[in-house]
Amino acid sequence: MNRKSHDHDVIAHGFAGCGTADHWNRRTLLKAAGVAGAAWLTPLAERLTLADEQAGGKTRPRSVIMLWLQGGPSQLESFDPHPGSKYGGETQAIQTSLPGLQIGSTLAQTAELMHEVALVRSVTSKEGDHERATYNAKTGFRPDPTLIHPSIGAVLCHQLQDRVEIPRHVSILPNEWSGRGGYLGDQFDAFRIGDPVGNIPDVKPFVAQDRFDRRVNSLMNVVESEFARGRLKKIDEGKTLHRTSIQSAIRMMSSEQLKAFDVTNEAKDVRDQFGDTAFGRGCLAAIRLVEVGVRCVEVTLSGWDSHINNHELQTGALATLDPAFAALIRELKRRDLFDQTIVICGGEFGRTPTINPAGGRDHWPHGFSVALAGGNLRRGVVVGETSPDPKLDKENPLQDVAEPHNIEDIHATVLHALGIDFERELETPIGRPMAISKGKAIPHLLA
Amino acid sequence: MWARNLLFIGVAVLGLSVLSANLLSSSRIVEPPSAAAIIESDHFQQTVAAVDQEFREHLRVLETESAPPADYATIARRLSLALTGTIPSFEELRALKEMPEQQRTQWWVSRLLNDRRSADYLAERFARSYVGTQNGPFIVYRRRRFVTWLGNQLQENRRYDELVRELISDTGLWTDSPAVNFLTVTLDENGDGRPDPIRLAARTSRAFLGMRIDCLQCHDDKLGNVWLGDEDAQRDGEQADFHRLAAFYSEAQSSLLGLKDDDSDYKYQYLNAEEEEVVPPQVPFNGGLLETLPLDEETATRRELLARWVTHPNNKPFARATVNRVWALMFGRPLVEPVDDIPLHGDYPPGLETLADAFVKADYDLKWLIRVIASTEVFQRDSRANFEVTDKHELRWAVFPLTRLRPEQVAGSMIQAASLKTIDSQSHIIVQLTRFGQQNEFIQRYGDMGEDEFDDRGGTVTQRLLLMNGQLTRERTTDNPFMNAAARIATLAPTDEKAVETAYLAVLSRRPSSDELGHFVGHIQGKKGAERQRCLEDLYWVLLNSTEFSWNH
Repeated sequence: MNRKSHDHDVIAHGFAGCGTADHWNRRTLLKAAGVAGAAWLTPLAERLTLADEQAGGKTRPRSVIMLWLQGGPSQLESFDPHPGSKYGGETQAIQTSLPGLQIGSTLAQTAELMHEVALVRSVTSKEGDHERATYNAKTGFRPDPTLIHPSIGAVLCHQLQDRVEIPRHVSILPNEWSGRGGYLGDQFDAFRIGDPVGNIPDVKPFVAQDRFDRRVNSLMNVVESEFARGRLKKIDEGKTLHRTSIQSAIRMMSSEQLKAFDVTNEAKDVRDQFGDTAFGRGCLAAIRLVEVGVRCVEVTLSGWDSHINNHELQTGALATLDPAFAALIRELKRRDLFDQTIVICGGEFGRTPTINPAGGRDHWPHGFSVALAGGNLRRGVVVGETSPDPKLDKENPLQDVAEPHNIEDIHATVLHALGIDFERELETPIGRPMAISKGKAIPHLLA
Repeated sequence: MWARNLLFIGVAVLGLSVLSANLLSSSRIVEPPSAAAIIESDHFQQTVAAVDQEFREHLRVLETESAPPADYATIARRLSLALTGTIPSFEELRALKEMPEQQRTQWWVSRLLNDRRSADYLAERFARSYVGTQNGPFIVYRRRRFVTWLGNQLQENRRYDELVRELISDTGLWTDSPAVNFLTVTLDENGDGRPDPIRLAARTSRAFLGMRIDCLQCHDDKLGNVWLGDEDAQRDGEQADFHRLAAFYSEAQSSLLGLKDDDSDYKYQYLNAEEEEVVPPQVPFNGGLLETLPLDEETATRRELLARWVTHPNNKPFARATVNRVWALMFGRPLVEPVDDIPLHGDYPPGLETLADAFVKADYDLKWLIRVIASTEVFQRDSRANFEVTDKHELRWAVFPLTRLRPEQVAGSMIQAASLKTIDSQSHIIVQLTRFGQQNEFIQRYGDMGEDEFDDRGGTVTQRLLLMNGQLTRERTTDNPFMNAAARIATLAPTDEKAVETAYLAVLSRRPSSDELGHFVGHIQGKKGAERQRCLEDLYWVLLNSTEFSWNH
C-alpha cells in the first residue's frame, strides 16, 4: 500500500460519534514519525546498517535464537555423556553425524545434525544458584548489586537498528528472569509471550477501531499537549518515552508482522516436526519472528532441576528438546535463515558428576555444555570436554575440564560473530564505563 | 471459578450500595489527630526554614529560576502516591477543598500518616532495601511476615534507630521475631545454616549507611570510588574494610530454634593471599564511636556492637542514608543518586546535612521527617513553569522532578480512579480483595523494577499495550456501573461540564483546562443514556492512558 496516499492531517477534526474521527493508525504514525524523526531510523541510517551487515559480500548473521534450558541441564545426559564410567549414570551414548562425536542417546534427531553444530563442552562459571547463574549466563556478567547488565538480546537491539513493527527482543514461555535491558533501559527488555498459539495478549483494542482511533486522537492532541505545556521541551524523547511507546504499540497492533507470533499459520507437517509441545511451538515461532526481522528470541524450556530422579527428569526434558532443536536447524536451513541466525542452546549451569542418594544430580557450574549453531560460526566443531574420571578436587575443579571457557566467552564469541565490537565500553546511567562483554571470543568457533 | 463468581456478586452488591449513596457525600472522611504541636515547634519551623534557605541560596548562586508553588491537589497527589501508593479519591479531594487553604497540605499529611495504608506501603518500600524482592530461602525466610511486622513498627512510629538495631541484632525464630528475616534471607539452602556475612555487609552498608562498598568484596579500591576512614584521615577503601564489616555477622547461626549467636570467627582468603585468615570485626570509619557504646564489650554480641555503632547519634552516614531514602520515596528521586551511594566526606547537596542533623535531634522520628520534607518549598514546587524548563532545572530541584510511577502505584491509581469513594483499609473486604488480586496480576505484566526503585526510566511498549487494551483498563472503563465510576458519573453528574470535571478529578486529581473541557464537553453534548456513558468511558480511557496519569509530577 502506498503510504503517501494517506497523507491527511493528523489533527483534523470531524463530528461523527463522540468527537473527531481521525485515523491514528500505523500510516499516520509513520508519517508523523517521519516529521518528528524521534527514535526512528532514517532511510539513510537504515541503508548504512544494511550495508554494514552485508560487508565484504558476505551476509553477517543478524539474529539470535536462544533455547534457554532453565534449571540446569545435565551435561552427562546430553552433550557430554560418559556411559560406563563411575559417574556416567544410566545414560547411553550414540554416534552423531560428526565423526568421532557421541552424545546422549535421547538426542537422536539432534545427533543427525551435529555436523552443523559448534559444541562447547567445557563452559564454566562461578555461580551455582539458579537466579545468579541465570543472570550470569544471560548477561555474561556476574550479578553486581550496583547495576543490572543487559542480556544479549538487549545488547543486540541497542547496537543494531532496524525498522521492524514488532518488538525486536522477544521471550517465549519465560519465567521471571527473561532478558532485560538493564542499564540500557527498559525499552530493551524482552517482550514476553506464552505458548505462541493464536493472538498475543493486549494487541486488540476492546472497542471498535474508529472509536479507538478517536480515543487516541483525544489523548495525543488534547491531554498530552496539555501535559507538555510548561514542561521539559523534549519531554517525550528525553524523558518519558510515553508518546514513542504509544506509537510503537499502535504500530505493532496494526502490523502484519504480528502474525509471526502465531504458529497456527504454519502447515501441519512443519509444526509436527517440532513436537507437540509449547517449547516446540516456541521454536517455530522464533523462526517466524527472525524471518520478519526480530533480533533476539529466547525460548524457555524448564524442568531440568533434577535433584531427585535425575535420569528420568533429564530424559523427559531432552525428549522435548530433541525434536524442537533438530527441527529448528532444519527449518532455518530450509528457509535460508541459518546463515543469518545464531542458535544458542544451554542453561545456567550443569549438574554434578556425583549422583546423590535420591538419584539426583545437584548444581555444577564447573564444566557444562552449550551448543551453538548457524551464522558464520564453524560447523561440526567441538571445543573441550569434561573428564570421564574427574578428580572432583574442590580446590581445583577445573582440572577435570579440558579447554575451559568462562560463560562470558560464549557471549564474546556470539557478539563478535554478529559484528559487534564487544570490547567497546558503553556508559551506564551513572557514567560508569562498562565493556559490552568481558569475555574472549573462542577462536575455534569462528569460521 | 466459584470464587470469582462469589467475588463478582459481592462486588455487585457493594456497588449497588455505593450507587445508592450520594455521589457528593464525604461522610467517611475521618478527622486525623491535630499536628499543631509538631508543626508549631521551633525545631520543626527552623528545620523547614533552613532547608528552604539552602535551596534558595543554591539556585541564586547558580542563577536558576524556580517554578511557582503547585496547587494543593497536585501536592496531595504526590503525597498519596508516596505514602499510600495510590492517588487521592474524588471524595478525599472534595473534603480537602473544604479545608481552609493554608491548612490543606498539613491536614492531608496528618490524614495520610494516620492511615494504615501508609505504614503498609512504606514497609514494602523499605523492605526492598533490607531484604530485596525475591522470595529467599523457603521455610526460614518469611517475607510477608517481615513486611507486616515492619508496617506495625511504622504505624506505631517506632524510633528508627531502635528499629534498625533490632534488624541487625535480633535473635529468635523468623516467625516470632520477624526482624531476624533480615539475616535469614541470606541463608544458603544447601549451606551451613549460617547467614551470609558478605551479603549482610553489603546490605548493611547500603541500606543503613547509604554507601556502596560492595566492590571491596573482591579487591582494594583502585579507582577512587570508595573513600573511607575518619574525617581527618581519609583513605581509599580496602578489601579488608569490607570483610572486617562482614565479620560482625560471623556469630549469627540458624537452627530449628531460630537465630542465635555463637562465638564463631570470620575467615577469608584475601586477594593474592596464600591462605585463609581470621578476620577481626572492625568498622570502616568512625571507629572511635565503638569505644563509647553503652554496651558491655565482654558480653555483647558482635551484632549488638555493630547495631549500636551504625545508629550512634554521631554516626552521620546513618542519618544521611535515612534522609536520602525518605526524600527519594517522596520525590521519586533521591537527593544523592544512587540512593545508597552517599559520599562519606561530602560534597552534599542542599538540604541533606540539615535534615540529617534535624532527624537525629528529633529522635529518629520518621513521621516527623516526612512531614518536614512535605512542608518544604521544594516539595511544594510545581513541575511546570512559565520559563523554558530544562534538565538542569530538574537536576537542581528548581521544578518538581517528573518520575515514572511504579507498577503498583499505577495499578492502585487505576483502581482508585474507577471508584469515587476512597479504597482504603476501612473499605469493604471485597473491594480490597479485588484491589490486591488485580494489582498483582497487573504488576507482573507491567514489570516490577525490583530493588532498582529510583532508576530514571521511560515507558515500554508492553506497558502501553497493557494500559490501552489490558483487562484492568477494560474492567475499569467499560459498561459496568458497579465497578467503574465512568458509568456513575454519566448517570449522576448534573451537567456535562460537571461530568468532565469529576472524571478529571477522579483520574488526574485536577480540573480540566478550558481547552480540555471544551473538547470533551463537545463530545458529550446532546448525548443521552448509553451513548453518553460511552463518551464518559472514552474520557476515562484517555485520562488513564496519559503521561500525566502514569508519572509523578
